Amino acid sequence: MPLLAEPTAVQPGASEMVPRLFRLVERRQDTADTFTILLEPNDGVPLAFSPGQFTMLSAFGVGEVPISVSGDAHATGPLQHTVRDVGAVTHALSRASVGDVLGVRGPYGTGWDVGDAHGRDVVFVAGGIGLAPLRPAVLEVLSHREDFGRVVLLYGARSPEELLFVDELKQWEGQGMEVLVTVDYGRESWAGRVGLVTKLIPRAGFDPMSALALICGPEIMMRHTALALVGRGVRSSRIRVSLERNMRCGIGLCGHCQYRELFVCVDGPVLPYAQVTGLLGLREV
Amino acid sequence: MRTIEQYLPDHPFFAGLDGPTLALVAGCATNVSLAAGEYLCREGDPADQFFVVRRGRVAIEVHSPTAGTLVIDTADEGDVVGWSWLVPPYRSSFDARAAEATGVVAFDGACLRGKCEADSRLGYELMQRVTQVMNLRLEAAQVRLLDLYGAMGTTDAAAR
Repeated sequence: MPLLAEPTAVQPGASEMVPRLFRLVERRQDTADTFTILLEPNDGVPLAFSPGQFTMLSAFGVGEVPISVSGDAHATGPLQHTVRDVGAVTHALSRASVGDVLGVRGPYGTGWDVGDAHGRDVVFVAGGIGLAPLRPAVLEVLSHREDFGRVVLLYGARSPEELLFVDELKQWEGQGMEVLVTVDYGRESWAGRVGLVTKLIPRAGFDPMSALALICGPEIMMRHTALALVGRGVRSSRIRVSLERNMRCGIGLCGHCQYRELFVCVDGPVLPYAQVTGLLGLREV
Repeated sequence: MRTIEQYLPDHPFFAGLDGPTLALVAGCATNVSLAAGEYLCREGDPADQFFVVRRGRVAIEVHSPTAGTLVIDTADEGDVVGWSWLVPPYRSSFDARAAEATGVVAFDGACLRGKCEADSRLGYELMQRVTQVMNLRLEAAQVRLLDLYGAMGTTDAAAR
Protein backbone atom coordinates (compact mmCIF):
# COMPACT_ATOMS: atom_id res chain seq x y z
CA MET A 1 0.00 0.00 0.00
CA PRO A 2 1.42 3.39 -0.92
CA LEU A 3 2.42 5.62 1.95
CA LEU A 4 0.43 8.57 0.63
CA ALA A 5 -3.10 7.84 -0.49
CA GLU A 6 -4.06 8.94 -3.99
CA PRO A 7 -6.77 11.59 -3.81
CA THR A 8 -9.60 12.01 -6.24
CA ALA A 9 -8.34 13.40 -9.56
CA VAL A 10 -9.05 17.06 -10.27
CA GLN A 11 -9.27 18.96 -13.51
CA PRO A 12 -5.95 20.64 -14.31
CA GLY A 13 -6.31 24.40 -14.13
CA ALA A 14 -9.56 24.20 -12.19
CA SER A 15 -8.14 26.52 -9.58
CA GLU A 16 -4.80 28.02 -8.64
CA MET A 17 -5.29 26.49 -5.23
CA VAL A 18 -5.91 22.95 -6.46
CA PRO A 19 -2.75 20.89 -6.84
CA ARG A 20 -1.96 18.86 -9.92
CA LEU A 21 -1.17 15.24 -9.29
CA PHE A 22 2.37 13.98 -9.84
CA ARG A 23 3.69 10.48 -9.34
CA LEU A 24 7.05 9.96 -7.65
CA VAL A 25 9.25 8.08 -10.14
CA GLU A 26 12.63 8.28 -8.42
CA ARG A 27 13.97 9.13 -4.99
CA ARG A 28 17.59 9.75 -4.04
CA GLN A 29 19.06 10.35 -0.58
CA ASP A 30 21.65 13.11 -1.07
CA THR A 31 22.81 13.57 2.52
CA ALA A 32 21.61 12.44 5.94
CA ASP A 33 18.74 14.95 5.90
CA THR A 34 18.39 15.94 2.25
CA PHE A 35 16.77 14.03 -0.56
CA THR A 36 15.84 14.55 -4.20
CA ILE A 37 12.55 13.44 -5.71
CA LEU A 38 11.65 13.17 -9.38
CA LEU A 39 7.99 13.58 -10.27
CA GLU A 40 6.00 12.83 -13.43
CA PRO A 41 2.64 14.54 -14.03
CA ASN A 42 -0.33 12.18 -14.01
CA ASP A 43 -1.91 14.20 -16.84
CA GLY A 44 1.26 13.95 -18.97
CA VAL A 45 1.64 17.74 -19.24
CA PRO A 46 5.13 18.76 -18.10
CA LEU A 47 5.49 21.65 -15.69
CA ALA A 48 7.43 24.49 -17.32
CA PHE A 49 9.41 26.70 -14.95
CA SER A 50 12.17 29.28 -14.87
CA PRO A 51 15.32 28.67 -12.78
CA GLY A 52 14.69 30.06 -9.29
CA GLN A 53 10.93 29.49 -9.23
CA PHE A 54 9.27 27.30 -6.62
CA THR A 55 6.25 25.05 -6.41
CA MET A 56 3.94 24.24 -3.53
CA LEU A 57 4.48 20.52 -2.88
CA SER A 58 1.74 18.61 -1.05
CA ALA A 59 1.96 15.51 1.02
CA PHE A 60 -1.77 14.78 1.07
CA GLY A 61 -3.24 14.72 4.54
CA VAL A 62 -0.17 16.41 6.01
CA GLY A 63 0.28 19.76 4.29
CA GLU A 64 1.95 21.86 1.65
CA VAL A 65 5.42 23.36 1.52
CA PRO A 66 7.19 25.75 -0.87
CA ILE A 67 10.18 24.09 -2.54
CA SER A 68 12.30 25.53 -5.33
CA VAL A 69 12.72 23.39 -8.41
CA SER A 70 16.24 21.92 -8.57
CA GLY A 71 16.09 20.36 -12.04
CA ASP A 72 17.05 21.54 -15.50
CA ALA A 73 14.46 24.00 -16.82
CA HIS A 74 15.33 23.22 -20.44
CA ALA A 75 15.45 19.43 -20.29
CA THR A 76 12.50 17.18 -20.84
CA GLY A 77 11.89 14.71 -18.08
CA PRO A 78 10.57 14.58 -14.56
CA LEU A 79 10.16 17.58 -12.29
CA GLN A 80 13.00 17.60 -9.74
CA HIS A 81 12.99 18.91 -6.19
CA THR A 82 15.77 18.67 -3.62
CA VAL A 83 14.33 18.90 -0.14
CA ARG A 84 15.69 19.08 3.38
CA ASP A 85 13.78 16.98 5.89
CA VAL A 86 13.22 19.54 8.64
CA GLY A 87 9.49 19.72 9.39
CA ALA A 88 6.27 17.72 9.35
CA VAL A 89 5.52 18.13 5.64
CA THR A 90 9.06 17.62 4.40
CA HIS A 91 9.31 14.59 6.66
CA ALA A 92 6.18 13.15 5.04
CA LEU A 93 7.67 13.91 1.60
CA SER A 94 10.89 12.17 2.64
CA ARG A 95 8.91 9.02 3.42
CA ALA A 96 7.16 8.95 0.04
CA SER A 97 8.08 5.98 -2.16
CA VAL A 98 8.24 5.46 -5.88
CA GLY A 99 4.67 5.27 -7.15
CA ASP A 100 3.22 7.56 -4.49
CA VAL A 101 1.23 10.57 -5.65
CA LEU A 102 2.06 14.07 -4.48
CA GLY A 103 0.39 17.40 -5.19
CA VAL A 104 2.13 20.19 -7.06
CA ARG A 105 0.95 23.79 -7.48
CA GLY A 106 2.85 26.36 -9.45
CA PRO A 107 5.47 27.20 -10.52
CA TYR A 108 5.40 30.48 -8.65
CA GLY A 109 7.53 33.54 -8.15
CA THR A 110 10.40 35.22 -9.88
CA GLY A 111 13.47 33.51 -11.34
CA TRP A 112 17.20 34.19 -11.40
CA ASP A 113 17.07 35.58 -14.96
CA VAL A 114 20.66 34.70 -15.83
CA GLY A 115 20.10 35.80 -19.43
CA ASP A 116 20.71 39.26 -18.01
CA ALA A 117 24.40 38.31 -17.63
CA HIS A 118 25.15 37.49 -21.26
CA GLY A 119 28.73 38.45 -22.08
CA ARG A 120 29.56 39.04 -18.42
CA ASP A 121 30.89 37.10 -15.45
CA VAL A 122 28.48 35.18 -13.25
CA VAL A 123 29.08 34.42 -9.58
CA PHE A 124 26.89 31.88 -7.80
CA VAL A 125 27.12 31.83 -4.01
CA ALA A 126 25.33 28.97 -2.27
CA GLY A 127 24.98 28.08 1.39
CA GLY A 128 23.81 24.62 2.44
CA ILE A 129 20.55 23.57 0.75
CA GLY A 130 20.73 26.91 -1.12
CA LEU A 131 22.63 25.16 -3.89
CA ALA A 132 19.42 23.37 -4.93
CA PRO A 133 17.49 26.49 -6.05
CA LEU A 134 20.64 27.73 -7.81
CA ARG A 135 21.22 24.46 -9.68
CA PRO A 136 18.77 25.21 -12.56
CA ALA A 137 20.51 28.56 -13.13
CA VAL A 138 23.93 26.88 -13.06
CA LEU A 139 22.73 24.33 -15.62
CA GLU A 140 21.32 27.09 -17.82
CA VAL A 141 24.60 29.01 -17.79
CA LEU A 142 26.70 25.91 -18.42
CA SER A 143 24.48 24.83 -21.31
CA HIS A 144 25.25 28.19 -22.97
CA ARG A 145 28.75 28.51 -21.54
CA GLU A 146 30.10 30.52 -24.49
CA ASP A 147 27.52 33.27 -23.87
CA PHE A 148 29.07 34.18 -20.51
CA GLY A 149 32.40 35.41 -19.21
CA ARG A 150 33.96 33.77 -16.18
CA VAL A 151 31.58 31.60 -14.18
CA VAL A 152 32.23 30.94 -10.50
CA LEU A 153 30.47 28.90 -7.84
CA LEU A 154 31.27 29.60 -4.19
CA TYR A 155 29.66 26.97 -2.02
CA GLY A 156 29.59 26.68 1.76
CA ALA A 157 28.15 23.81 3.75
CA ARG A 158 28.16 22.69 7.35
CA SER A 159 30.49 19.71 6.84
CA PRO A 160 31.92 17.67 3.96
CA GLU A 161 29.21 15.04 4.52
CA GLU A 162 26.53 17.68 3.89
CA LEU A 163 27.80 18.88 0.52
CA LEU A 164 25.20 18.48 -2.22
CA PHE A 165 25.69 17.40 -5.84
CA VAL A 166 29.33 16.44 -5.17
CA ASP A 167 29.76 14.53 -8.43
CA GLU A 168 28.21 17.37 -10.39
CA LEU A 169 30.56 19.92 -8.81
CA LYS A 170 33.48 18.11 -10.46
CA GLN A 171 31.55 17.90 -13.73
CA TRP A 172 30.79 21.63 -13.62
CA GLU A 173 34.48 22.39 -13.13
CA GLY A 174 35.15 20.41 -16.31
CA GLN A 175 32.59 22.57 -18.10
CA GLY A 176 34.48 25.78 -17.40
CA MET A 177 33.21 26.82 -14.00
CA GLU A 178 35.53 27.75 -11.13
CA VAL A 179 34.19 25.89 -8.10
CA LEU A 180 35.40 26.87 -4.62
CA VAL A 181 34.01 24.93 -1.69
CA THR A 182 34.30 25.50 2.04
CA VAL A 183 32.76 23.87 5.10
CA ASP A 184 32.19 25.04 8.67
CA TYR A 185 34.29 22.20 10.05
CA GLY A 186 35.86 19.01 8.79
CA ARG A 187 37.56 15.89 10.03
CA GLU A 188 41.31 15.48 9.79
CA SER A 189 40.88 13.66 6.47
CA TRP A 190 39.20 16.72 4.87
CA ALA A 191 41.83 18.42 2.72
CA GLY A 192 39.52 21.18 1.46
CA ARG A 193 38.84 24.64 2.83
CA VAL A 194 37.24 25.35 6.20
CA GLY A 195 35.64 28.70 6.99
CA LEU A 196 32.81 30.99 6.00
CA VAL A 197 31.72 31.15 2.38
CA THR A 198 32.50 34.88 2.42
CA LYS A 199 36.17 33.93 2.76
CA LEU A 200 36.05 32.62 -0.81
CA ILE A 201 35.02 35.93 -2.34
CA PRO A 202 38.49 37.54 -2.50
CA ARG A 203 39.89 34.32 -4.02
CA ALA A 204 37.38 33.94 -6.85
CA GLY A 205 38.35 35.05 -10.35
CA PHE A 206 35.70 37.46 -11.62
CA ASP A 207 35.38 41.07 -12.64
CA PRO A 208 33.35 42.79 -9.91
CA MET A 209 32.45 45.70 -12.17
CA SER A 210 30.53 43.53 -14.63
CA ALA A 211 29.62 40.42 -12.65
CA LEU A 212 26.10 39.29 -11.86
CA ALA A 213 26.01 37.60 -8.44
CA LEU A 214 23.25 35.19 -7.43
CA ILE A 215 23.07 34.22 -3.75
CA CYS A 216 20.99 31.54 -2.10
CA GLY A 217 21.25 30.32 1.47
CA PRO A 218 20.21 31.23 5.00
CA GLU A 219 19.33 34.92 5.26
CA ILE A 220 22.25 35.83 7.53
CA MET A 221 24.64 34.13 5.12
CA MET A 222 23.13 36.07 2.19
CA ARG A 223 23.45 39.36 4.10
CA HIS A 224 27.13 38.78 4.90
CA THR A 225 27.83 37.51 1.39
CA ALA A 226 26.16 40.49 -0.29
CA LEU A 227 28.14 42.88 1.93
CA ALA A 228 31.38 41.09 1.04
CA LEU A 229 30.54 41.21 -2.68
CA VAL A 230 29.77 44.93 -2.45
CA GLY A 231 33.07 45.29 -0.58
CA ARG A 232 34.83 43.71 -3.54
CA GLY A 233 33.18 46.17 -5.89
CA VAL A 234 30.07 44.35 -7.16
CA ARG A 235 27.17 46.79 -7.60
CA SER A 236 24.23 46.00 -5.33
CA SER A 237 21.93 46.25 -8.36
CA ARG A 238 23.87 43.31 -9.87
CA ILE A 239 23.33 41.06 -6.84
CA ARG A 240 20.22 38.89 -6.50
CA VAL A 241 19.10 36.97 -3.45
CA SER A 242 16.46 34.28 -3.00
CA LEU A 243 14.39 34.94 0.09
CA GLU A 244 12.91 32.22 2.25
CA ARG A 245 9.56 33.13 3.76
CA ASN A 246 6.44 31.33 4.87
CA MET A 247 4.80 30.97 1.45
CA ARG A 248 1.32 29.43 1.67
CA CYS A 249 -0.96 30.40 -1.22
CA GLY A 250 1.83 31.14 -3.69
CA ILE A 251 -0.27 33.74 -5.49
CA GLY A 252 -0.08 36.81 -3.27
CA LEU A 253 -3.45 36.43 -1.56
CA CYS A 254 -2.95 35.11 1.94
CA GLY A 255 -0.20 37.44 3.16
CA HIS A 256 1.74 34.77 5.06
CA CYS A 257 4.94 35.62 3.18
CA GLN A 258 4.51 39.39 3.40
CA TYR A 259 7.84 41.13 3.88
CA ARG A 260 6.86 44.75 4.53
CA GLU A 261 5.62 45.92 1.10
CA LEU A 262 6.60 42.70 -0.66
CA PHE A 263 4.80 39.41 -1.08
CA VAL A 264 7.74 37.06 -1.41
CA CYS A 265 5.68 34.45 -3.29
CA VAL A 266 4.95 36.82 -6.20
CA ASP A 267 7.53 39.64 -5.89
CA GLY A 268 10.21 37.07 -5.03
CA PRO A 269 11.64 34.70 -4.07
CA VAL A 270 14.45 36.08 -6.24
CA LEU A 271 14.86 39.79 -5.60
CA PRO A 272 17.54 42.37 -6.38
CA TYR A 273 19.69 42.90 -3.31
CA ALA A 274 19.36 46.65 -3.90
CA GLN A 275 15.61 46.31 -3.28
CA VAL A 276 15.95 44.47 0.04
CA THR A 277 19.24 45.84 1.41
CA GLY A 278 17.45 47.83 4.12
CA LEU A 279 14.97 45.08 4.87
CA LEU A 280 17.53 42.34 5.47
CA GLY A 281 18.87 44.09 8.55
CA LEU A 282 15.50 45.03 10.01
CA ARG A 283 14.00 43.23 12.95
CA GLU A 284 10.38 42.12 13.15
CA VAL A 285 9.71 42.42 9.42
CA MET B 1 61.16 32.25 -6.19
CA ARG B 2 61.19 35.77 -4.82
CA THR B 3 63.10 36.58 -1.65
CA ILE B 4 61.16 37.39 1.51
CA GLU B 5 61.87 41.10 1.09
CA GLN B 6 60.54 40.99 -2.45
CA TYR B 7 57.47 39.03 -1.42
CA LEU B 8 56.32 40.96 1.66
CA PRO B 9 55.27 44.26 -0.02
CA ASP B 10 52.70 42.38 -2.15
CA HIS B 11 51.17 40.66 0.85
CA PRO B 12 47.99 42.34 2.17
CA PHE B 13 49.15 41.90 5.79
CA PHE B 14 52.21 44.06 5.13
CA ALA B 15 50.63 46.48 2.64
CA GLY B 16 51.53 50.08 3.36
CA LEU B 17 54.71 49.40 5.33
CA ASP B 18 57.66 51.40 4.02
CA GLY B 19 60.89 49.81 2.78
CA PRO B 20 62.97 50.18 5.96
CA THR B 21 60.14 48.79 8.10
CA LEU B 22 59.71 45.83 5.75
CA ALA B 23 63.44 45.19 5.92
CA LEU B 24 63.22 45.23 9.72
CA VAL B 25 60.37 42.70 9.66
CA ALA B 26 62.04 40.53 7.01
CA GLY B 27 65.08 40.30 9.28
CA CYS B 28 63.01 38.09 11.59
CA ALA B 29 61.70 35.84 8.80
CA THR B 30 62.73 32.61 7.11
CA ASN B 31 61.19 30.51 4.34
CA VAL B 32 59.97 27.11 5.47
CA SER B 33 58.70 24.20 3.35
CA LEU B 34 56.46 21.57 4.88
CA ALA B 35 55.31 18.20 3.61
CA ALA B 36 51.64 17.30 3.96
CA GLY B 37 50.96 16.32 7.57
CA GLU B 38 53.82 18.27 9.13
CA TYR B 39 52.90 20.58 11.98
CA LEU B 40 53.75 24.27 12.13
CA CYS B 41 52.81 24.40 15.80
CA ARG B 42 50.95 22.36 18.40
CA GLU B 43 48.40 23.47 20.98
CA GLY B 44 50.10 24.56 24.21
CA ASP B 45 53.54 24.92 22.64
CA PRO B 46 55.39 28.23 23.09
CA ALA B 47 54.07 30.53 20.36
CA ASP B 48 57.44 31.68 19.17
CA GLN B 49 56.46 32.06 15.52
CA PHE B 50 53.73 33.26 13.20
CA PHE B 51 53.34 32.34 9.56
CA VAL B 52 52.34 33.77 6.22
CA VAL B 53 51.25 31.08 3.78
CA ARG B 54 52.98 31.40 0.38
CA ARG B 55 51.53 28.25 -1.18
CA GLY B 56 49.51 25.23 -0.12
CA ARG B 57 47.10 25.02 2.78
CA VAL B 58 47.36 25.00 6.57
CA ALA B 59 44.66 23.33 8.66
CA ILE B 60 43.92 24.82 12.07
CA GLU B 61 42.83 21.97 14.29
CA VAL B 62 41.48 21.24 17.72
CA HIS B 63 41.34 17.85 19.35
CA SER B 64 38.37 16.66 21.32
CA PRO B 65 38.40 13.39 23.27
CA THR B 66 34.90 12.59 22.00
CA ALA B 67 34.85 14.10 18.48
CA GLY B 68 38.48 13.44 17.62
CA THR B 69 40.45 15.95 15.59
CA LEU B 70 38.38 18.69 13.93
CA VAL B 71 39.61 21.17 11.36
CA ILE B 72 38.05 24.48 12.42
CA ASP B 73 39.70 26.76 9.87
CA THR B 74 42.13 26.68 6.99
CA ALA B 75 44.66 29.21 5.76
CA ASP B 76 45.56 29.39 2.07
CA GLU B 77 48.04 31.40 0.06
CA GLY B 78 48.26 34.92 1.44
CA ASP B 79 46.65 34.10 4.79
CA VAL B 80 48.27 34.64 8.19
CA VAL B 81 48.46 31.89 10.81
CA GLY B 82 48.90 32.68 14.51
CA TRP B 83 48.69 35.70 16.74
CA SER B 84 49.60 34.09 20.07
CA TRP B 85 53.19 35.30 19.57
CA LEU B 86 51.91 38.79 20.39
CA VAL B 87 49.66 37.95 23.34
CA PRO B 88 50.96 36.71 26.71
CA PRO B 89 51.48 33.97 27.77
CA TYR B 90 52.67 33.33 24.18
CA ARG B 91 51.24 29.81 23.87
CA SER B 92 49.62 28.32 20.77
CA SER B 93 45.89 27.82 21.15
CA PHE B 94 45.48 25.29 18.32
CA ASP B 95 47.41 22.83 16.21
CA ALA B 96 48.42 24.07 12.76
CA ARG B 97 49.14 21.32 10.21
CA ALA B 98 50.14 21.46 6.57
CA ALA B 99 47.13 19.92 4.79
CA GLU B 100 49.22 19.53 1.62
CA ALA B 101 52.76 20.44 0.54
CA THR B 102 52.99 23.98 1.86
CA GLY B 103 55.42 26.89 1.84
CA VAL B 104 55.29 29.56 4.53
CA VAL B 105 57.26 32.55 5.67
CA ALA B 106 57.92 31.94 9.37
CA PHE B 107 58.46 34.98 11.59
CA ASP B 108 60.36 34.68 14.84
CA GLY B 109 57.95 36.04 17.45
CA ALA B 110 60.57 36.90 20.05
CA CYS B 111 62.65 38.72 17.43
CA LEU B 112 59.62 40.73 16.29
CA ARG B 113 58.50 41.50 19.85
CA GLY B 114 61.96 42.83 20.58
CA LYS B 115 61.85 45.08 17.53
CA CYS B 116 58.34 46.23 18.40
CA GLU B 117 59.44 47.21 21.91
CA ALA B 118 62.38 49.15 20.51
CA ASP B 119 60.25 50.83 17.83
CA SER B 120 56.74 51.67 19.05
CA ARG B 121 55.66 52.74 15.54
CA LEU B 122 56.45 49.24 14.22
CA GLY B 123 54.67 47.77 17.24
CA TYR B 124 51.56 49.86 16.50
CA GLU B 125 51.60 48.93 12.80
CA LEU B 126 51.89 45.22 13.52
CA MET B 127 49.31 45.36 16.31
CA GLN B 128 46.84 47.04 13.93
CA ARG B 129 47.36 44.34 11.34
CA VAL B 130 47.14 41.45 13.80
CA THR B 131 43.98 43.00 15.26
CA GLN B 132 42.39 43.02 11.79
CA VAL B 133 43.17 39.33 11.37
CA MET B 134 41.77 38.61 14.85
CA ASN B 135 38.65 40.64 14.08
CA LEU B 136 37.95 38.75 10.85
CA ARG B 137 38.47 35.40 12.56
CA LEU B 138 36.25 36.43 15.49
CA GLU B 139 33.45 37.57 13.18
CA ALA B 140 33.67 34.35 11.19
CA ALA B 141 33.62 32.29 14.40
CA GLN B 142 30.58 34.20 15.68
CA VAL B 143 28.64 33.65 12.45
CA ARG B 144 29.56 29.98 12.44
CA LEU B 145 28.32 29.68 16.03
CA LEU B 146 24.86 30.31 14.60
CA ASP B 147 25.12 26.96 12.79
CA LEU B 148 23.40 28.55 9.79
CA TYR B 149 23.10 25.38 7.78
CA GLY B 150 22.04 23.20 10.67
CA ALA B 151 19.95 23.85 13.73
CA MET B 152 18.46 27.16 12.56
CA GLY B 153 16.38 25.50 9.88
CA THR B 154 14.08 23.37 11.96
CA THR B 155 10.81 24.03 10.17
CA ASP B 156 9.49 23.31 6.69
CA ALA B 157 10.17 26.94 5.77
CA ALA B 158 13.89 26.12 5.72
CA ALA B 159 13.48 23.13 3.41
CA ARG B 160 14.01 25.21 0.23
